[in-house]
Parts: sequence; structure tokens; C-alpha cells
Amino acid sequence: MGLDFSVVPDYMDTILLGILWTLAITLVAAVISVFGGVFFALTELYAHWFFKYPIKAFAFIFMGTPLLLQLFFLYFGLGLIGIPLSPFVAGIIGLGLFYSVYNSELIQTAMITVDNGQTEGARSLGLSKIQTIHNVILPQAVRKVIPPMGNNLIMLMKDSALVSAIGVTELIHASELAIGETFRPFEFYIAAGVCYYIINLFMEAGLRKVERKVQVTK
Amino acid sequence: MSKKEAFIRIRHAKKHYGDLEVLKDISLDVEKGQIVAIIGPSGSGKSTFLRAINNLDPLTDGEIWLEDMQVNKTLTPKKYEKHIDQVRQNIGMVFQHFNLFPHLTVSENIMLAPKMLKGTSQSEAYKLAEIELEKVGLIDKIDYYPSQLSGGQKQRVAIARALAMKPKVMLFDEATSALDPELVDEVNIVMKQLAKEHMTMIIVTHEMAFAADVCDKVLFMDKGVVVEQGPPSIIFNSPKEERTKSFLAKHLNDAPGNGNNNA
Repeated sequence: MGLDFSVVPDYMDTILLGILWTLAITLVAAVISVFGGVFFALTELYAHWFFKYPIKAFAFIFMGTPLLLQLFFLYFGLGLIGIPLSPFVAGIIGLGLFYSVYNSELIQTAMITVDNGQTEGARSLGLSKIQTIHNVILPQAVRKVIPPMGNNLIMLMKDSALVSAIGVTELIHASELAIGETFRPFEFYIAAGVCYYIINLFMEAGLRKVERKVQVTK
Repeated sequence: MSKKEAFIRIRHAKKHYGDLEVLKDISLDVEKGQIVAIIGPSGSGKSTFLRAINNLDPLTDGEIWLEDMQVNKTLTPKKYEKHIDQVRQNIGMVFQHFNLFPHLTVSENIMLAPKMLKGTSQSEAYKLAEIELEKVGLIDKIDYYPSQLSGGQKQRVAIARALAMKPKVMLFDEATSALDPELVDEVNIVMKQLAKEHMTMIIVTHEMAFAADVCDKVLFMDKGVVVEQGPPSIIFNSPKEERTKSFLAKHLNDAPGNGNNNA
């Protein structure tokens, strides 16, 4: 049986809708993961133990279990105990928090590796601890963290495929719908793969742009 | 003898890490406008001592006073943080590795503290940056980033940044040690200029020539104690202590103009 892509255009609407959902999930989850990452990093580095340890435990659980399991838990589990979330909401929360933890690790490393002389320079002028973090440490950590965090966001985009398992009609789920009607898995999976790849290219181009923008002039 | 208290008073400064004593009961008076050099072998505790003066390296015991402010006052941690931030606004510090903020331009480096701490407006702060850069001869670099400057220029910006807070005393922690030899002079010239303007300065240095030339008082430290102190003419030309003599014998090559060295 040869490949016959002529069936794909008939399902363009389905695929486009899938792309839109994939983009929407990626965008919202990415925003959650960046802000969540900063919040978790600052909490783990500087907060009182009363806040620090719950966050650390939370991070430990999220890093130590599969994302798919977390999505099932958020969607099916919480639904059973009376907190029903829509598949989309469960999906963005799951993806967003999962990648918050990874982003937090990156941000912490970046902040710790800002030379201690920077802190001393700022504190010797009379800047407080918070002023130093805000004006001196964080801006430098952000510059360091953008390339690896960009990679995380690309992985997040690819992992958005997992939310098909809880019924969001993103690209994979949309492809499966089309396959169910046409019995042409290869054509639609390849089409989906091409779409992911193109989104990936755009994201990388965007990242390069951001990197160039925040790079200190040499 | 005047009974008036000295500008900076350090009393029985002690510091230890576990069993290791790095500062063993050091006292020092510095008068307003006085320039004090601290010399000594590495590991003698001279940088630790200097860094205790603005509490970057807190003492274990002893007192440090700047006029009527006690630097290392005993307070609850929260109150002490506020107190030390206030105190540090009066104490400028220049580091061996400059510690300029690489993500900010030269002017932004200088403006940051006055804007954050004194509520100076953007335009006033920029004027201030211009004035301080004029002093260190770098007005043309005002919009550069630190990475575009040479080591000597970076250090001069660091001095301008400290001066912009109008400190009462300037601490120099081996300010020229990380510089290429040909860049040392430009920093020394700026420091001499400050000396002329009667800035109170405490300088940790390896440059005996500079210490001999500029300072009013020299402290020789070794193994956490002040072995000998006095005016540079005495310390460099007729030291009494054996340890001072042997240290100077090794280092005087770069101190021209003193009687012991005719090379």
C-alpha cells in the first residue's frame, strides 16, 4: 500500500483546528511555566522554610513522575473528587506546572552562578538584598537562562501531544480523528509531524531573535 | 594629644572560622582625610580586615565605628540588614575584579545606587554620572558597556560608581592587582587625585611604591595581626620587626625612592 496524501487536504479543517489547539496549549502553558519557574526558583532560593519546603516537595513529585500520569491525575483524578477541570484547563495546568519545575531548576542554576562579586558590588553600594536580586542578579540570570529555557519551551510544545490523551483536540488527536475516518495513519501522522516541525522552526527563529535582543553588546 | 575621637575606630577586631583565627585583636584609628595602606603577605588577613569595615566579612568580635555609626551593631537580623544598608552608603568600596554590572552601561552602573537609594531623578543621576566620569577621565565612555572597556577603564568606572554615593571613606581591595602592568598607572593616578581631594582611604595593596608615595600610614599585617605600623618613611626605610624586614626585602623591588633599594 503506497502513500496517498491526496486524502489529507480533505481534512485540512480538522488539522488546522488541531494546530490551533496545539498553539494555544503551548502558548498558555509556556507562559505559566516561565512565571511559575521564576516563582518556584525565588521561593526555593530565598523564601522562609515554611514556603520553601512545600515547593521543593512539589517540585520533587513533578520531576519524579511522568507528565502523562500528572495529566490523568489532574483530569480524571480531580474530576472524581469533585474538582472537574476541562481537558484544556487540565492540560495547560499539567504542562505548565511540569515545565515550571524544569524552568525553576534552570533559573536557580543561572542565579547561583552569577558571580558573587556582583552581589558584593551591589551590597557595598548600600543596595538591599531584594534590590540586588531585582536589579543585578535576576537580569543577568535571565540572559543566561534564555537559551536553555527556549529548549524547554520547544520540548513543552512537543509534549503538548500528550494532552490528546485527555481529549483535547490538538494536532495528534485531530490526526487520529482523520485516521479513524480514512484508515490512512501514515499520511496523517506524517502530516502532523511536518506541522510540529514547522512550529518548531518558528519557535527556534523566535528564540534566536530574543537571544540577540537581550545579549549585552560586546 | 587631642582627646577627640578618630573618624574611623576599629577596636579589638577578631575573626575566626572555627579554630582558624584570621584576625587576632586588631585596632586601628583612621583620621578624616587620612590614607592608610595595609600591606602583608597573602593570607595575612588584610583583605578580610578591609572587608570587615563594611561588613562584607563580618567580625566575630570587636567594634567598628565610622563617626557615630557602629558598623557591626548588634541588632536582630532584619534590623541589622536595614542598618548596614544605611552604613554602606557611606563607605565606597573598590574590588580587585571591579564587579561592574555587565548588563548595564557605564552610566547605568553609576546611576543605579543613587537612583535606588537617594531618590535621585534620572536626569540628575545622569549629570552625576557625567561629573564622576569626568573625574576619572572617562566621560567619552558614558554609554559603553563594561565589556567594551579595558581593565583599567573598568576600575576607574568602579571608582566613579563608588564616588557617586558621596562616601565618607573609600576602601580599595587590591584595586590594581588584576590589571595588566601598563594599566596600573591610570588607576593609581585617579587614586592620587582622590588623595589630593582629602578623601579618607584605606587601601589594601601589593604596590609598595604607591603606598610609600601616597599614604600617611602603613600597616604591615601577617597571620592576622598588625606586626608593625607607622608612617611609610619609617616602615619602608627602617622597619623594626624581623617579619616586616623579610617581607619588604621580597617586595621592595617595586618601591623606588626608598633608601633600601638602589637597584
